[in-house]
Amino acid sequence: MMQALQELLIKNGFVVALLTTGVIMMASSWISSTFTNKKIPAAAIAIFSGLILAYFGGAFTDGKKGIADISIFSGFALLGGSMLRDFTIVSTAMGARFSEIRKAGLPGMVSLLIGLSLSFFSGAVLAALMGYTDAKSMATIGAGACTFIVGPVTGAAVGASSDVIAISIAAGVAKSILVTIGTPLIAKTIGLNNPKAAMIFGGLAGTTSGVAAGLAATDPKLVPYGAITATFYTGLGCLLCPSVFYITLTWIIEIVARG
Amino acid sequence: MIYGVALLAACYLVGQTIGELLGRWLNINSNVGGVGFAMLLLILVNQWMHQRQWLTPDMEKGILFWSNLYIPVIVAMSSIQDVKAATSGGMVALLAGIIPVALCILMLPLLMRLGNTKHTHSSDQAL
Repeated sequence: MMQALQELLIKNGFVVALLTTGVIMMASSWISSTFTNKKIPAAAIAIFSGLILAYFGGAFTDGKKGIADISIFSGFALLGGSMLRDFTIVSTAMGARFSEIRKAGLPGMVSLLIGLSLSFFSGAVLAALMGYTDAKSMATIGAGACTFIVGPVTGAAVGASSDVIAISIAAGVAKSILVTIGTPLIAKTIGLNNPKAAMIFGGLAGTTSGVAAGLAATDPKLVPYGAITATFYTGLGCLLCPSVFYITLTWIIEIVARG
Repeated sequence: MIYGVALLAACYLVGQTIGELLGRWLNINSNVGGVGFAMLLLILVNQWMHQRQWLTPDMEKGILFWSNLYIPVIVAMSSIQDVKAATSGGMVALLAGIIPVALCILMLPLLMRLGNTKHTHSSDQAL
């Protein structure tokens, strides 16, 4: 009987994921109104619960896909995968106004460049301080400080070792989780409460999943604005990190070594 | 309703294709801003169809259905992250994941001001 039920749930994994997510949302909204007087938004609690579930999924199965590695929850891989994530992000553009995006066009682009270069070089310096002093490792870890996609792409391009590439992925994942949790906490302090600030924020932080989740937990109206700049970040990072940034980094290392 | 969903799907696919082609053209192994192009396209198409009153409330419902599912999808997304790897990647990974982004976000108030002063004379060049 149990066996049959389990098979049924695995076969209908996507529907199980829909139900489970609904239950998480309901529980989160109850927690939010009962214990925090709605001070902590339900979305923030739900996203955080998702991360905790992901941790246990990874801890129990030794897999890399969080809760989706537990077979009855395998439908989460589709529901939370990049296709539906991007599709729903695009649909939020219905609530965005073109005039707002136009207004923040320039600061949005500047924020992308600053976000990428600052992440790359400060990440590279950190790597050097922690003992990874060769240019390839520094560049790969610095690229991982951009996103968990830019890290391995750069690592592969410059020929970094696989353990350094693994570190760069972990750094990128840590960043996206930090942005997810941290955004609602610091939103007020940094003035993240209007479309323009959200677009600049998206360019500075860059991780699409982190920005999308963090803004959803802060104010869902800001999501399309943050997402529209963040979505250029990874692509631009894959372009700049292994090329311009890497070459600049090798120059800097040479100068420091001589001086 | 399905027309609205189909319109959204069309914008999504066209945007992703532009991002993919841009990536190919720049010779990098990644999609450059596919989602962003798709969003811009949807905003423009939405505005254009709205003016001509081609966008029925039923079509809008089809698109809004997906945008209402946005937060649940993000919850599902966070539950499939490799959280364990992030916490077990060692000190280097944790620090490289935290300090650079913190520095970046500190730049936000600064960039807000830069945007305001520069906006009047350089926004035309930007677009």
